[in-house]
Amino acid sequence: MGSAPASEDSPAGGVHLPSGVQTAVKVLIVGHFAVGKTTFVGALSEIRPLRTEEVMTQAGALVDDLAGTKDKTTTTVALDFGRLTLNDSLVLYLFGTPGQQRFTELWQDMTRGALGALVLADTRRLGQSFDVMGVLEELGLPYAVALNDFDDASAEHDLEEVREALDLLPETPLVRCDARDRISSTHALIALVEYLLTRNAGRADGSADSAVSAGDSELEHA
Amino acid sequence: MRPYVVTDGRSHPTRNTLDLVTLLIAADDLPLTGLSPEKRALMELCRPGALSVAEVAGHLALPVSVTKVLIADLMDSGHVVTRAPIPSARPSETRILQEVLDGLRARL
Repeated sequence: MGSAPASEDSPAGGVHLPSGVQTAVKVLIVGHFAVGKTTFVGALSEIRPLRTEEVMTQAGALVDDLAGTKDKTTTTVALDFGRLTLNDSLVLYLFGTPGQQRFTELWQDMTRGALGALVLADTRRLGQSFDVMGVLEELGLPYAVALNDFDDASAEHDLEEVREALDLLPETPLVRCDARDRISSTHALIALVEYLLTRNAGRADGSADSAVSAGDSELEHA
Repeated sequence: MRPYVVTDGRSHPTRNTLDLVTLLIAADDLPLTGLSPEKRALMELCRPGALSVAEVAGHLALPVSVTKVLIADLMDSGHVVTRAPIPSARPSETRILQEVLDGLRARL
């Protein structure tokens, strides 16, 4: 906590984190192909967005494998990510990744410790968002949905109609955003975090008992 | 890139505590002699300041899984230390969320 005196030597031009940063948190930006995840991350990131990949093999997943995977499968999932330093000691990473693949091991690794997820959806292809929402629900990761409003395609869609079409819970936030626009995308993230806070407060009120037994297994029921 | 060459054929790291957002800090007082080119590159990348596991993977153009193997080795040898991410069930999560919210609002 007591941060060391900041030595402002950032020769790489902001590539590295400020020296006081103690805590890193992550939020997933998910959605189907070409829905605008990379654009969204790029609009918000303070660094040039980076790309890496997670190679999933049975061997790589053995340590945490609860599912008893039998087939030796290998797949590569691309991660586009960016970074926002939020204050002197806290940094937020945004990971954009396609959500269709049901490689639960990868999802467990990515979602472990994640605050939540923002699902980007396209009104012209709402049906393609079901897979990713299903995975998030299985993993118990809370999410909000943002309609990426390119071409004004969704302008004519009433948000309530979309909510119904996506079969969202009443409390799940549904907002519009333009993934190309930093302010608009920031508002979408804010909607998610406000929801997460409300959710947390609700749990703190009504679940003094379950807090005692709070463990990873609890998440599976959410 | 041939991951299994970089990691001497290993596909998982010697420890399982590394997350995508685990922050890495390179020791600046240990010699790099004897390190493989990839580990040396990783050390040189991290010496100017902290970076997350994901950023290191991105900058080195290596898959996350391979990067974790290298980092775990460098932790074993004392070249790298980590700051762990916040576990999701910690009571302080509300405070973290509030800080995230404040930080985001300040960017509007």
